Amino acid sequence: MKPFDYRSPADAADAVRSVAGNPGAVFLAGGTNLVDHLKLGVVEPDLVVGVAALLPGEVEELGGGALRIGAGVSNSELAAHPRVREWFPVLSQALLSGASGQLRNMATVGGNPLQRTRCVYFQDVTTPCNKRRPGSGCSAVGGWTRHHAILGASEHCIAVHPSDMAVAMAALEAQVRVLGPDGERVVPFVDLHRLPGDAPERDTVLGHGELVTAIDLPALPLARRSAYRKVRDRASYAFALVSVAAAVEVEDGVITDARVAFGGVAHAPWRAYRAEEALRGAPASEASYRAAADAELADARPAAGLDGGNAFKIPLLRRTLAAVLRGLAGEDAR
Amino acid sequence: MNSDITVQVDGVPRRLTVDTRTTLLDALRERLGVTSPKKGCDHGQCGACTVLSGGRRVLSCLVLAVTQDGAEVVTAEGLAARAATTDGRHDTDARTATDARTAEERHADGALHPVQRAFIDCDALQCGYCTPGQVVSAVGALEEFARGWPSAVTEGPGAPRLDRAEVAERMSGNLCRCGAYVNIVTAIQQAAGTGPTGTSTAGTEPAGTASAGAAR
Repeated sequence: MKPFDYRSPADAADAVRSVAGNPGAVFLAGGTNLVDHLKLGVVEPDLVVGVAALLPGEVEELGGGALRIGAGVSNSELAAHPRVREWFPVLSQALLSGASGQLRNMATVGGNPLQRTRCVYFQDVTTPCNKRRPGSGCSAVGGWTRHHAILGASEHCIAVHPSDMAVAMAALEAQVRVLGPDGERVVPFVDLHRLPGDAPERDTVLGHGELVTAIDLPALPLARRSAYRKVRDRASYAFALVSVAAAVEVEDGVITDARVAFGGVAHAPWRAYRAEEALRGAPASEASYRAAADAELADARPAAGLDGGNAFKIPLLRRTLAAVLRGLAGEDAR
Repeated sequence: MNSDITVQVDGVPRRLTVDTRTTLLDALRERLGVTSPKKGCDHGQCGACTVLSGGRRVLSCLVLAVTQDGAEVVTAEGLAARAATTDGRHDTDARTATDARTAEERHADGALHPVQRAFIDCDALQCGYCTPGQVVSAVGALEEFARGWPSAVTEGPGAPRLDRAEVAERMSGNLCRCGAYVNIVTAIQQAAGTGPTGTSTAGTEPAGTASAGAAR
């Protein structure tokens, strides 16, 4: 591991100055991803700036059913928070489906969305990877693609974003509060993550030195009827092959409103606007669920691979979406 | 790049100078001689290095020691002493005064935490390599459960019941290559007082129950 300096700044503004002024500096919060990458040589910073102790660690009620979640809140505390469980069950379920008890205690709300892909080629510094070393090529294209993207990928990168929490946040229209060298700004969660295009080295729209300080959840009454379902190779402690976050409002057997996002299928948490559009005004029925999946997956492009590729994700995601919506509609279905 | 830190390890303040690259796991094992946390994968995938920091179970292989200045760390070696105090926290002054002993001397008195006792009673181990991480993780998991924290298999908004599926899900971050899971679940239930009483090994429930439950 390359030597680095460590700094524990007094406050968030100090932390931002420390990182913004040094191209080789990184923030360290829970460390569950970064410390591993330091060992693997995926990142080689000159300066590590510890921020876990100075980020807000509270969940604050903003009134009217909205919440402000400090970036320093742990994944486990957020999952257990009574208001989150009551108002945004999809978020609690997404958090609990991720990682392990130990990792959820360490991982922070600010750091979780910024974790890097678990693409094996990205983590293996002996293989070409455009995300790790721009221009070196993509080893996943034509390689092992079971865990790779079917939506929004490019010829330069087919990696997927690994976070479960982020999928729920995308569905819930969360807002990310960011402190940077030029002051504060708010980024809609659905705009935080980029698609790879020709610059897969950039995961998000954040600039160097910008620090997530909180994530706001606006009031969303329909989220009380929401759920997260994750499909993976073992029952616990594994990343998603596909996942679905959904919230619906059903009146007289008709879906009047819906929020849907997919995980495990794209470089970003995938907000399924076309599926939502197909669901609005449709009867709460199997045919509607299938039609919503078809609308969203019309542009899906599976990746061929040494392991047989990942075309299986399309029917798997279609069935998972239907199962989640069926469960949410419950006895209100037609 | 060195840094001076003071970490309370199993009730004893320890001062040391660490390279900023040193993990808490390496500081404990290689610098302080506290070898109960084990290095399994060293990448946060196996749970063998689990310790309590600030009362919460964490993976010491993914924690930089430099971030632990002032922290209270408890390993499997310190669980019994921690349990002996009423609020689960150490009386620092008292421990420091009495604890000029080595770690070996400290646990030579044979005191065990109820979770450790249950692991022995239930034969919840084979080779034992993952066991210190398992018992620390179980202690953390039971405290999380006592706070009412849900897991991925908890159904509904109420307080969960500690059935085998709950234990298996909450302990999924601790791998056992010997496959002692069946008795590990039983031991943790026994320690929590929710398991079948008077049984020292599996057999009260089919071995498949835990995994079938966790797959819900």
